[in-house]
Parts: sequence; structure tokens; C-alpha cells
Amino acid sequence: MARLLLLGPAREAAGVREDDVAGDSVEAVLAAARARYGEHFAAVLAVSQVWVNGEPAGPASPVAPYDEVAVLPPVSGG
Amino acid sequence: MTAESSPTWVAVTAEPLSLDPLIAWATRSGCGAVVTFSGTVRDHSADHDEVSALEYETSEPHALARLGEIAEAVRRRWPDVAAVALHHRVGRVELGEPTVLVVVASPHRAEAFEAGRFCIDTLKRTVPMWKREHFPGGSAWSSATEPIVPVEST
Repeated sequence: MARLLLLGPAREAAGVREDDVAGDSVEAVLAAARARYGEHFAAVLAVSQVWVNGEPAGPASPVAPYDEVAVLPPVSGG
Repeated sequence: MTAESSPTWVAVTAEPLSLDPLIAWATRSGCGAVVTFSGTVRDHSADHDEVSALEYETSEPHALARLGEIAEAVRRRWPDVAAVALHHRVGRVELGEPTVLVVVASPHRAEAFEAGRFCIDTLKRTVPMWKREHFPGGSAWSSATEPIVPVEST
């Protein structure tokens, strides 16, 4: 199981900040997340970046058990 | 507290920010310039005529890592810069309070101004941070957003 970290608007859309999700690639983890959290989350995810263990990752990036998959919507710091 | 000799001091905190300790920390015997930037809560935004507070959310370890990367980028681009402090508030910040502080010290003012501008511009695009705007009757995520990019791409 990967550790999903949902931040800002992604956290709000999903209703949780951290969760455990099955999947051996970013694509698989995110498909499971979309199925679990629904359309609003999917819309936020569509405009978000994804990091695996703090590094930018693409759909095909591998995900091992206990890896952190973070969903980062467009940022608004400062 | 970071030792005076350290070139970098980054922080993400729910406590009120204050420039004074950062200026004191950044002031070095070889530096004739200390440039500061303070971002503060403004009473309006693009979407709301009245804003009373901002509320910031982050992942602290990821935000601290990115702030550290910005300081490293400053040292590569402006090797004379002797001190960089980058502090960001999280949680609710009231009108007029600082949300982010940038302090840069260098022997001469030109590189301190340039590096300070680089820090705040880069921070806004590279640090995982999200703000909600509080206004009469509710709150909403800020629409002034940018896709997050790596520090080295800026």
C-alpha cells in the first residue's frame, strides 16, 4: 500500500489528508484514489502535480509499498 | 535557533513572524547590506473586496526542503551572499500580519536586492503552500495559483 498525501484543495476535495491506497504505479494509485473520492477530487487531481517521496513523478512512475504519493494542486504561497 | 555562522535559516511556523531576529541573525561583519521582504495579509484579493485573514496549509517537511533548495540556488547564483533566511507562516494569519519573510545579507546591496527578489518570486512557484481567503460570510481557496515547479527550473 502506498501512503497518499493530499494537500490543500486536494485534501478538501477528498475529505482526508492521508490515506493508504493500493497500486504499483502512480497511475494505478491515482485511479484508486479517483474511484474512492469521486468527481470533485478527480477534477482537482487533473490540474495537480504528483510527487513520489518528494520528487516529481509521472503516471508511469513506479510506486513501492510505503512510498509517499503526494497530490499538489497549483500553489498559492507567499 | 540557527548558529550565526550558518548561511541559511528556513522555517515554517504557526507562530507570528518577526523580522527583528532575522535581521540580527543575518547581519554579518563582512556584509554592508541586509535586504528584507515582508509579505503581509492584504484587505482584498482578485476575488473578494473584503479579506479579513488568510489561512495557509502545507506539508512542513516538503516546504522546508523547498525553502532550503531556494537558499542553495541563491548561493550558486550570488556566491557573495552570506545569509538567507526564509520563514513562512502556516495556519490563520490576520489582516496586516506578515505571512512570509525573506532576509538576505551580502557585502554589497545589488546582489542582496537581486537575491531577495529571486527568493520571493521563486518561493511562490516552488513551495507546496495553499492559502484560503477569509471574507465576510465565508472562505475559499485563493484563485491566484501557479502549477508547482522545481527550483532549478526558475
